[in-house]
Amino acid sequence: MADEGKKVVDALRATGFFKPKKLYDGGKVLIGVVAFCVLVGFPFLYNRGKAAKVPEPELDTPAIQAMPEAQRMCIESKEYMRDNHMKILDDWRDGVVREAKRRYVASSKRSYTISLQNTCLECHSNYDNFCDRCHTYTGTKPYCWDCHLNKPKEWAAGKAEGEG
Amino acid sequence: MVLSAIGTLAYLVQRFSGAESTGLSRDVSWGLFIANYTFFVGVAASAVMVVLPYYVHDYKEFGRIAVFGEFLAVAAIAIAGLFIFVDVGQPLRSFNLLLHPTPGSPLFWNTIILPVYMVLNVLIAWAALGAEDKSIPPPWWIKPLIYISIPWAISIHTVTAFVYAGLPGRAFWNTAILAPRFLVSAFASGPALLIVMCIMIKRLTRFDPGKKALGQLGVIVAYSMILNLFFMVLEFFSSFYSSIPSHTHSLKYLFFGLEGHRMLVPWIWTSVSLAVVGTVLLVVPGVRRNDTMLAAACILVFISLWIDKGFCLVVAGFIPSPFGTITEYSPSMFEVVITIGVWAMGFLILSILYKIAISIKEEVMD
Amino acid sequence: MHVNRRKFLKIAGASTIVGILGGWSAVEVLVPGELDSEHRQSPEALTAKRWAMVVDMKRMDAATARDCIEACHRVHNVPDIDDPRSEVKWIWLEPFDRAFPLQNHEHTADPLTEQPFLVFCNHCDNPPCVRVCPTKATWKRDDGIVMMDQHRCIGCRYCMAACPYGSRSYNWKDPRPFIKSRNTEYPTRSGGVVEKCNFCAERLAQGLMPACVEASKGALVFGDLADPASKVREILRSRYTIRRKLSLGTEPSVFYMV
Repeated sequence: MADEGKKVVDALRATGFFKPKKLYDGGKVLIGVVAFCVLVGFPFLYNRGKAAKVPEPELDTPAIQAMPEAQRMCIESKEYMRDNHMKILDDWRDGVVREAKRRYVASSKRSYTISLQNTCLECHSNYDNFCDRCHTYTGTKPYCWDCHLNKPKEWAAGKAEGEG
Repeated sequence: MVLSAIGTLAYLVQRFSGAESTGLSRDVSWGLFIANYTFFVGVAASAVMVVLPYYVHDYKEFGRIAVFGEFLAVAAIAIAGLFIFVDVGQPLRSFNLLLHPTPGSPLFWNTIILPVYMVLNVLIAWAALGAEDKSIPPPWWIKPLIYISIPWAISIHTVTAFVYAGLPGRAFWNTAILAPRFLVSAFASGPALLIVMCIMIKRLTRFDPGKKALGQLGVIVAYSMILNLFFMVLEFFSSFYSSIPSHTHSLKYLFFGLEGHRMLVPWIWTSVSLAVVGTVLLVVPGVRRNDTMLAAACILVFISLWIDKGFCLVVAGFIPSPFGTITEYSPSMFEVVITIGVWAMGFLILSILYKIAISIKEEVMD
Repeated sequence: MHVNRRKFLKIAGASTIVGILGGWSAVEVLVPGELDSEHRQSPEALTAKRWAMVVDMKRMDAATARDCIEACHRVHNVPDIDDPRSEVKWIWLEPFDRAFPLQNHEHTADPLTEQPFLVFCNHCDNPPCVRVCPTKATWKRDDGIVMMDQHRCIGCRYCMAACPYGSRSYNWKDPRPFIKSRNTEYPTRSGGVVEKCNFCAERLAQGLMPACVEASKGALVFGDLADPASKVREILRSRYTIRRKLSLGTEPSVFYMV
């Protein structure tokens, strides 16, 4: 066993990789490495001990509160929606625009009109405290709202982004 | 490089202030950017004018400069692509072009065949240079790639012509001769630029592209220009002799002005004059033998063709509008600065590629 | 040095391709499981094989036309931009010589030259705009409507070059500040996409007539060209109608009763 080990070590040595070599401009390199570590590590060091709060989207909207508690559910389960609302919205978009299919029959067999700003936002009318809670946390910027209205009632009343 | 930086800044400003900062309008919805895209696809297609004689017909003189033609094609495609990127309203959705292929659309085909052409030229030039560097013959697979690149070059500019030639509402473009005109002006503009580049290389480096090669390229430019001017005459005939209003109106606007609107008239006549002077010069063998005269003639030809294809052709197609009204177009400062920026980026790419090629050729010379 | 650099570039290129393909397949594998749900057409939706419109110019006076335009632009949050170079319009008025240049001459009858014509997308049966769109962001539906998918539009404006009728508008800037009357039931558009009349596809899906038809007091008749019993067919059988730029072969679905 020791022989085998010795053979391996000799072979490695023979490649010349492990020969002690001179580190040219060693001082400058070292300073560079240290500076790099400080720069990259700074955000972590600065924020040590502070955990960012896990986002809690709020369900405190007039439409949801008006529903009896037993019937408060989204088109699909909370877990499914949290993980897959993007895919559902994608499918909804193609279904409505490209296939002219505007009715969604959920796995609960309940039927909904497909519309982001008229169905989803009907219940979830608190965009800032719902959608944006997680989106801000994760740094996602869905551009749905370039066209779709995220605050329809405010917009209708004349207040758009940057207005009043 | 500085110009590229300025161009990038200008583009960013334009993105944030919206395309309202261009001179475009509901009636003239394509302008300087798309016109330049069209022109530079033509320049890229012209690599075939060097490749075809050398590789297929064994015209040895072009051997020294084939690589420069191919690299010019690469830079030209890069410029064309950049012009599309800065023009399109939602560039971040460009992937839709590949996710939802539409074989019925010439623009879709352009999206496919232009990058492939670029890759073809990169591979061919890389292999050829690498082989030259080691003084060995190039690998076997370069031959099929070259044979593919020849019809491919013709097709990229034909498809670009098809973007315009198939539109029923735009009679100025809806002519069968549009594709031949595109090709012929490409075969004049590309080699003209190549000649000027090669003469610069001769002056600035130790590499000599070869007098015969440049002279022969000059002949190609001359013949292409003659055909180009002839085709223009043909266009005039079938439009004005038939007197069909939809056919004559755009030509009238371009060459003589229509209902008092004459913005493009000085431009097109400048283009025609430069074309005639440049062509006449190039036809004289003495001019082709003198580097300065040859370069001057080529510059005249290049500018003339740029005005014609890289500006007038696209704009005049939109005038008059489908309602017969005239909304004129002149590029805004932003468009001009961005255009210069894109040219600068292309020139940067070209310089880098040429530097590589020249270094290898100089090494081999020693 | 030569060889090392080339090898490095080759390895970098190959690993990039592998990385992209690998990443792609990973995403596909991680696609969420199937739900037992489905998409259906609304039961109240109006359907047809080929929607068409007849414009009765005898009943279409300027005031009615303005009502139609206002209804459409209000329902669809169409911005009201003053500058004719960057304006966005789905439906508007054009004089006869501009709407019908091929039928106009020096001595065109007064009734035609004196009243402006209501123009909008013709929803052609052979639409050049659909042919040229490189992403199928505009396409022809089974019911004949030439539809826009602003989600997919890349803003290349090829369709605008292709349309022989000038029916399409591009959003040169963000339209939202210019929307005068606001409809919360319909989205707006963003800058950088093309838009045009969509024969109120969203209203047809709810069993409603297009907004302009409702506002037209009978001057606009909307129906299924493929249904011999429809009102549009009845009109076309008995009255003379013209369409715009027929010689181009686009087969427009908008007929003008003059």
